[in-house]
Amino acid sequence: MSEQTEQVEQRNKRYNKYVNAVTPKSSIFKSLIKSFWVGGVTCLFAQGIFELYQWAFPSLDTTTISAYMLCTIIVLAVILTGAGVFDKLGRYAGAGAFLPITGFANAMASSAMEFKTEGLILGSQTKFFSVVGPVLVNGVVWSALAGLIHYVISLF
Amino acid sequence: MPVAVQKILTYLLVFASGGLLCMLAQLLIVRTKLTPARILVIFLCAGILLEAVGVFKYMLQYAKAGVSVPILGFGAALAKGAIEGAKTLGFMGAFAGGLTATAMGIGVAVCASFVVTLIFSPRTK
Repeated sequence: MSEQTEQVEQRNKRYNKYVNAVTPKSSIFKSLIKSFWVGGVTCLFAQGIFELYQWAFPSLDTTTISAYMLCTIIVLAVILTGAGVFDKLGRYAGAGAFLPITGFANAMASSAMEFKTEGLILGSQTKFFSVVGPVLVNGVVWSALAGLIHYVISLF
Repeated sequence: MPVAVQKILTYLLVFASGGLLCMLAQLLIVRTKLTPARILVIFLCAGILLEAVGVFKYMLQYAKAGVSVPILGFGAALAKGAIEGAKTLGFMGAFAGGLTATAMGIGVAVCASFVVTLIFSPRTK
């Protein structure tokens, strides 16, 4: 038994060495630059929309305008996903495309669209949260914990 | 400082901070073989932690959309809502506040995805 696990370990080591050998090194730097500028431009674009709304609705507070701005880029990302543009962006920019909230919207829309052929309710709609599920679960759980800790601290 | 220079500085800061966060995530992908879903969760939890200890509002003050648009900002909004909920409603408010604060974004994302799914069909890659 132990001999077998050792063999498996050796095989895994060899395989990892092989993977490291064939992974192109120069592409790492390029992919970093790509994700940097796409992520940066996404945030800059969002900031532009934020300031446009600030100018257009001067009576609203910053939190509301921020929420409207996020909704705008979410809708744009979902439409771009439907049109097939966002997939290309994702392949090009990697984390630059999926780390902003636009990537969250894209993940939801694309997993919903992917299973459309299996039916709208049991196919597509059960898959809405198949990718973004972990984000929502962890977000709700850990933010609730943060709220509870603040509550307990406020008691003393 | 003239207003125009200040604006340009703000935009530079937004661009740089958003870009750096994405670059950090990309570095995690290529260096550690973590899957994108795990990286999203890590950044989300980082946002929650930063908001919970009170650092995030200073980041937001300077980097604006550069930190609120990456998933970090989603986590911070959840935590901010939960903490405010705990302040106003007490114990149970901690469970409701996070979702209340982010409800508009999630609602819009679900509705938009629903409509887009009806209109578009998946294309072959």
